[in-house]
Amino acid sequence: MHSNIVHPNLKYLTPAIEELRSKIDAKLKQRFGEGYLSSTIDYDFPVFFVDRDIAIDVLEFLYYDSEFEFTFLTTMCVTHYPDKDNEEFEVMYQLHNMPNNWRIRIKTALSKESLKIRTATTLFRTANWMERQEFDFYGVQFEGHPNLKRILNMDEMNYFPMRKEYPLEDARREDKDNSFFGR
Amino acid sequence: MAELSNPTTSIDIRPENTPVGVEGAGFFATKLDFAVGLARKNSLWPLPFATSCCGIEFMSTMSATYDLSRFGMERLSFSPRQADLLIVAGTISKKLGPVLRQVYEQMAEPKWVISMGACASSGGIFDTYSVLQGIDRIIPVDVYVPGCPPRPEQLLEGIMQIQELTQKESVRRRDSPEYQAMLSGYGLD
Repeated sequence: MHSNIVHPNLKYLTPAIEELRSKIDAKLKQRFGEGYLSSTIDYDFPVFFVDRDIAIDVLEFLYYDSEFEFTFLTTMCVTHYPDKDNEEFEVMYQLHNMPNNWRIRIKTALSKESLKIRTATTLFRTANWMERQEFDFYGVQFEGHPNLKRILNMDEMNYFPMRKEYPLEDARREDKDNSFFGR
Repeated sequence: MAELSNPTTSIDIRPENTPVGVEGAGFFATKLDFAVGLARKNSLWPLPFATSCCGIEFMSTMSATYDLSRFGMERLSFSPRQADLLIVAGTISKKLGPVLRQVYEQMAEPKWVISMGACASSGGIFDTYSVLQGIDRIIPVDVYVPGCPPRPEQLLEGIMQIQELTQKESVRRRDSPEYQAMLSGYGLD
């Protein structure tokens, strides 16, 4: 019955999405040259990888370009890939074009030695809390952010809890007795 | 059904037992402790500090089916300053800890605390960096109600245990060195 298993990427791949990807791909190549790295399609998202230094310029270009008008930042996030050398952290911006209902993602990699990127709050005011959250969980410095402090965790916390660099549990902890908690 | 609606046989309506004392024509004398205990027991004003699903069960306990007002709790106090009983129902994150502590500090003595459910009592399933592993790390707790979440019957049992404590508590207990030492153990003196 399931002899024709397709990759989940292909299930969502429509000609319109591929067309959008190649159109933006060409524009970014022309505008940014080497700073623009590559593109791909994840599910129904065209994804564009760019250099850290021009990430915000790319967002700005796509915001004001009359053809694309990606004026809405749906969400952003940081991911930690501890095994990728010099690209341990990845920042993702998900943009939305309201008139055409286009959705794309911009990704950029940061190294753990230089964990900083320009803020997107100059372009999207909604990025304020999003960047605070990513700073809170990963410690990424968003340069130029008006109020970069913890937002969800307690202020006294002195580490960045979502980084994949901690043991799952401290074996020496004594606050939970296994005989009571069934572990 | 006819039997249940008859006040003399109803199991819900049970007059309070008269405390030990001396009775005569037109007077009744008893210890101040007993009289105060009786009054406190039947007029506890609870302050619900409800943060999650335990809060929903608490609302159910308030409703007509379970009827919290049978215990003299007709009025919930949403200000800590007029409340006698703090019911902490739900997960308390570490960030919320100081808020809960401040609410507790604002309550006037005498005050009691129910820790309702697994999260408030021990962190529950949220064995993680952001969740307080039991509210007894920051405030003293009188009665723990187990369950995830506890049913209203369990909460009623906890409230009745609080009533027991309330009735039997000496009026001078809060001045005792033991009590003061307990408070200073929490840094609350």
